[in-house]
Amino acid sequence: MDFVLGHYNYWIVILVMMTGFYTVISRGNLIKKIAGLNIFQTSVFLLYISIGNVKGGTEPIIADGFAVYSNPVPHVLILTAIVVGVATTALGLALVVRIRDAYGTIEEDDIHAQDQSL
Amino acid sequence: MIDTLIDIVQLAFLAITAVAIIRIRSLFAVIMLFGIFSLLSAGLFVIMDASDVAFTEAAVGAGISTVLMLATLAITKNLEEKRPSHRPWLPLIVVMVMGAALVYGTVDIPSFGDPEAPVHKHVAPRYLEQGEEETGVPNIVTAVLASYRGFDTMGEVAVILTAGMGVMLLLGGRAARGKNDGDVR
Amino acid sequence: MKHNLILRVVSKFLIPVIILFALYVQFHGDYGPGGGFQAGVIFSAAFILYTLVFGLAAAELVLPRRLLRHLASLGVLIYAGTGVVTMLKGGNFLEYGVLASTPVAGQHLGILVIELGVGITVSSVMLLIFFTFAGYGKS
Repeated sequence: MDFVLGHYNYWIVILVMMTGFYTVISRGNLIKKIAGLNIFQTSVFLLYISIGNVKGGTEPIIADGFAVYSNPVPHVLILTAIVVGVATTALGLALVVRIRDAYGTIEEDDIHAQDQSL
Repeated sequence: MIDTLIDIVQLAFLAITAVAIIRIRSLFAVIMLFGIFSLLSAGLFVIMDASDVAFTEAAVGAGISTVLMLATLAITKNLEEKRPSHRPWLPLIVVMVMGAALVYGTVDIPSFGDPEAPVHKHVAPRYLEQGEEETGVPNIVTAVLASYRGFDTMGEVAVILTAGMGVMLLLGGRAARGKNDGDVR
Repeated sequence: MKHNLILRVVSKFLIPVIILFALYVQFHGDYGPGGGFQAGVIFSAAFILYTLVFGLAAAELVLPRRLLRHLASLGVLIYAGTGVVTMLKGGNFLEYGVLASTPVAGQHLGILVIELGVGITVSSVMLLIFFTFAGYGKS
């Protein structure tokens, strides 16, 4: 029971991660793929931050009256990762717009069909 | 006790939102659900004592990402996903195998919130104890981000600038203005 | 947007408050949650709200794209320039201790300056990306 209480967090995060991954590999619409990719990224961030959490601690901002702080190093890593993630999303969406202009559709099956019929 | 309850409820909502994003076919609803997902994960970050990260995730995920996806939807004018033509058995099997492998890997991870975990042993106590006197800044995350790991932040700013340049190159040229009749090739 | 009176009135009230909040987050990143990235994104959110309510042409009168391009590069220049200044003063690259009379004061000053650079770049790049998406397909 202690084991379940200490690990259920990770299991639900892995469930969300796999949901995002499934959206990327099984759905054909390009915007949905990008949304699934973002879900995957966000669940990875949740996994990292939950590893750095300390029970009974507080945020890593030094203040009087607090002795135990959470680990600041994963926070720094994830801050960088979030911003890089939005940069990747913006570029991916710009590519979707150009693909729509070139093929007239954003469904992957139609794009493959148009490529193979050339 | 109440902490654990809030944690469980938020994680449950997160999982339900993620599953709903797969099933729903209207793209507008998918993007709105994605905004809700970002906000829920920002709430989870606050519960896990990561206020800087929650700030950034709420602003960037529920703000910028959602707005850019809505802008893309407005440009491509494709409001519904096509019904999939074949049952996706192979992706389902791949995802289940990978999920099982990851759960098997988490058996060795220390319990959630354990103060004796190895991750708190090496350089983090030094940052927490000597960060304020060495840099004069009480917010240790800012101190680590800007001073101890300053190179990484410089690289990150360069990445943001490069992404902006990339978007401008892809979408901002003369070919983009007024010539979206599907014939750019 | 003549019939969206509520939106126009409320956003005229909200946009200065959002910009003020962004400046607060930028300069209080040392003492509370915040810093360059969050402040930059919130600042650009204020102008995205302005664009959504009043139109892209009005927003580009306030912040033309040329200015945003220059600002985006200026932020990175401030960041890297701080490193070069520390090298010129005798320390290593990005060793803030040599910037002021005592090492701690130098660190504090260095952190403030580079967070400013980060905030400027993030806000201008987010606005540039949004303006590019919003202005696509119109001449």
